[in-house]
This record gives sequence, C-alpha cells and structure tokens, in this order.
Amino acid sequence: MNGAEEAPRQQRDKPDPPGYFEGESMTRRRAFTIAAQGLGGVAGAAIILPAVGFAVAPIFHRGKERWEAVGPTSDFVEDTYRQVVFTETEGIGDAGKTTAYIRRGSKTFDEDPNTFVAVSNRCAHLGCPVRFVEAAGNFICPCHGGVYDFQGKRIGGPPVRPLDQFQTRIRNGRVEVGPRYSVTSQLEPVRARDPGEFTGGIWEYLYPPRPSTFPAP
Amino acid sequence: MPKIPLPKIPDSVVPAPLRKPAKPGEGGVAKGQAPADLKTSPPERQTHVQKLGDQAKEAPADVLAWVDQRTGASGFLTGMLYRKVPKGTNWFYTLGSATLFAFIVQAVTGVFLAMFYTPSTTQAYASIAHINNDVPLGALVHGMHKWGSSLMVILIFLHMGRTFFFGAYKYPRELNWVIGVVLLILTMTMAFTGYLLPFDQRSFWASVVGININGTGPVVGPYLSDFLRAGPELGATTLSRFYSIHMLLVPGAIIALIGAHMYLVVKLGTTAPPWVRAEKPKNAAPVAQLDAGVESNGSVNGSGNGASSA
Repeated sequence: MNGAEEAPRQQRDKPDPPGYFEGESMTRRRAFTIAAQGLGGVAGAAIILPAVGFAVAPIFHRGKERWEAVGPTSDFVEDTYRQVVFTETEGIGDAGKTTAYIRRGSKTFDEDPNTFVAVSNRCAHLGCPVRFVEAAGNFICPCHGGVYDFQGKRIGGPPVRPLDQFQTRIRNGRVEVGPRYSVTSQLEPVRARDPGEFTGGIWEYLYPPRPSTFPAP
Repeated sequence: MPKIPLPKIPDSVVPAPLRKPAKPGEGGVAKGQAPADLKTSPPERQTHVQKLGDQAKEAPADVLAWVDQRTGASGFLTGMLYRKVPKGTNWFYTLGSATLFAFIVQAVTGVFLAMFYTPSTTQAYASIAHINNDVPLGALVHGMHKWGSSLMVILIFLHMGRTFFFGAYKYPRELNWVIGVVLLILTMTMAFTGYLLPFDQRSFWASVVGININGTGPVVGPYLSDFLRAGPELGATTLSRFYSIHMLLVPGAIIALIGAHMYLVVKLGTTAPPWVRAEKPKNAAPVAQLDAGVESNGSVNGSGNGASSA
C-alpha cells in the first residue's frame, strides 16, 4: 500500500459531516430512530383507531324506523288525550317502553281532524316522565315542576322547549306511532333533540341534529 | 405528646450485615480468643437438628436478602417509608390515604361483585337481588361497594379541600394538583357509571337525567349523549357500555394515575400547614444585632456617620 491509496480510505472511514456517509441526508442513528418510532406509531394506530371507532360508531348509526299500532282511530278524541304505552327501544323489555298521549287533530288549533297528535311524556327538561292532568288540562312533571299546556307548550318550570311528539299514521283503521321528533316553541317540527336542549333559531346550530335520529316530518 | 417506641424488628428478618453488632462485654468472648475453659470442657458438637434450626432462623432474612439483591427494593422502600415529613403534619394529611383506602375497598368488593353480577338489561336487576338476598355476605359486600362509593367521593373532595386551603397545590406541586383533578373526574365517572348497574327504577331515571345533563353542552353535548347511550335512546348497549367503563376503562386509568400521584408525593414531599412558620437558621444573627453591627462599624471607621443617622 502506498500513501495515495491510504488517503481516500481515511475519507471513507471518517465522513464529513460526522455520521454522514456519501449520498446520505441523515445519520443512520436518526434514520433508524425515525423508522422505529414511525412503525410504533403505525402499530399503535392500528390498535387504537379501530377500537375507538368501534366505541363511537353508535353516534353515526340510525336504527330501523319502527311503527307500532296503538289502537283503532275511534279510540281517540280531540278534546282530551288517551295514554298509550309502546316499545321505543327493542330488546330491553319494559325499560325500552315509552308513553305517548294521543288525541285527534282539533279545529281549535287549525289541525286536520283526520290526523292524530302523539305527545311524548318525556319532559323537555331532563327526561323525567310527565303526566297529563285532565282536571288542569296540563302536562306536569314530577321531578322539577315543569308544566306544559294542552298542546305541550311550556308554560312553567325549567323545561326549555315544548314536549316532543311522535309521527303518526293510519293503517287499516288503526293509529300507528313512529319515530320521535322535537318541536320549536311555535310547534314547528325539527329533528329529535335530547331533553335540556333548546330548539329553533341559533339553537339548531348549537345543538346540532344527530345522525342517529330520524328527519323531522 | 408521649413518644411511642417503635416495635423492635426481630433479628431473624434483618439480613446479617445490617444487624447491630453486640455491645462489647456481651455476646460471648472477644474475637480471636478461645474461652479459658476450652480444654477442660470442649464445646458440644451441634446436632443436625440444631443446625437446621439455626438455618431456619436465618431463612426469612435470607429470602429478603435474595429479593433485595435482585431488585434493590430496600433502598426505595426505606426512602419512601422513612421519608421526613414537615413539622405540623396532622390528621388532615391522612385524607389522601383515606381516599386511597376507599378506592381499594371499591376495587376489592367490585371484583367480587363482578363474580355474581350479570350486565344484561333483563338479568341485571335479578342478579343484584340474588347478591343481596341469597349469596352469603352478599348484602354486606354490595353494601360496602354502594356506601363506599359515596365515602370515596366525600373523601376525595375533603382531600382536595385540604390541598387547596393548605396551599399545597403551589410550586412545585402543580402537576400533582392536575393529576388529582383528573382523578376526581374519573372518580365521578365511576360514581355515575356505577349508578346504572343495578338497573332498577332509580338507576334508570338517574342515568337518563345524568346523560341528558351531559347533552346540554353546546355543539358536542348531543354527540356525547349518543356516545354514552350508544344510540338515541337508553338501551341494552348502554348498560354494557357503562359496565365496561365502570370496571375496565376507568379503574385502569385510576390505578395508573394514583401511581403517578403517589410518586410525586414521595418525590416532592409534603408541605407544612400554613400556620407553621419557617424556622430561622440557628447560627444566623438576629436582624437587630446586624443593624447594631453596621452602626458600630461605622463609628469605628469614622466614615459611616451620615449613613447610620439617616
């Protein structure tokens, strides 16, 4: 070996800048660090993302539309409500049942007498069950004293909007109740909201409609 | 306050190198010297039984030494258990340990309740009734879990109040305060999700109301409600979801955070109560004396008259 061969080998062995070999843009240590952390991140995401997705999936899932017959049309009159109990959530027995107060459409309120109004008993404050008190003609909530008039509009207490309603239809002379919807203070139907949430105006954006509910009629 | 003597640790559990040496004049003869009467009465040979007995006496110390050699745990344990606490430490300082104890009660009773509980909407109520009415001591264990949950919530708030009013959240303990707040939220989550599990009328309606209160948060509230219920209405999945959060997700997080919380307590130490004043260093001169010294120096040097009189 002579000196001429010695010099380039030394250049190869001691790269400049230190740690960088010819044509490399980063040190090997750094490359391996990035690769190991990247792979770890991919592996972690492969576990976490499906699990989290699985847990939050019900937010985006809408169940099958459910209609249940609650009695012949002749059962219902226009000047008072009749209480019916039907299944809203299947598979959990009595806990899945809910109560609606149903009457025929009344000319007093400019309603078609061939339609039926089904008012949910779920209080618009925090979801307690309200009761229709015939003597007062009002719906009254036992929990925090919410009071609603004959149409379900709030007239007292903490509720933030009128009582929810259910869609109704007539099949084979029987009244059927369907999906729930909420109403504004003017009784205009909007997509179902949970109790405690305002409806109408800017509230439609502050409490956005949920994909798990059915569109308003 | 009378001093309570610490119980003496028996020699059998102290590894040989750490034992106190015998005082001079006690414990037989001096090293390297044979007893005077060795020739007249040679020592009796130990029987095998005696040897085994001696070995058995050493066994606990040997086992501890074996573990300690391989873990180095004794240094950590001495540091943790014999750490210094400030003057004025009082009963209020036990609220954190009391909360931890309440959590351990919840964890232990919860594990045994899970052996009998069925997280199904149709069988949950019956399984709780079975625990309370048929299982031996079932009502006791269920009662401990039920009342212990309230106790834990009360204790964690008292602990938080102590920390706040003693100013113990200040530098350098802010991070421990933050961890503590997360632990408080997790404890409330436990109380909320556990409430639904008996699936009676009270559970059901309390959970309906609780979920709806969550839903009143603007923008994200409605989605949070749907997440908690696993759908638009409280149903079968809600119960399994609450059960899973109650016994898998949150307890793991609580245990991990309690570990971090206690690590920081040991690492940073505790604070003295606010009414205990910092002691002055013993060799420092009182302020009045220092002032006098300046004055006398001035007069001696003859250059500080103006300054000392002004």
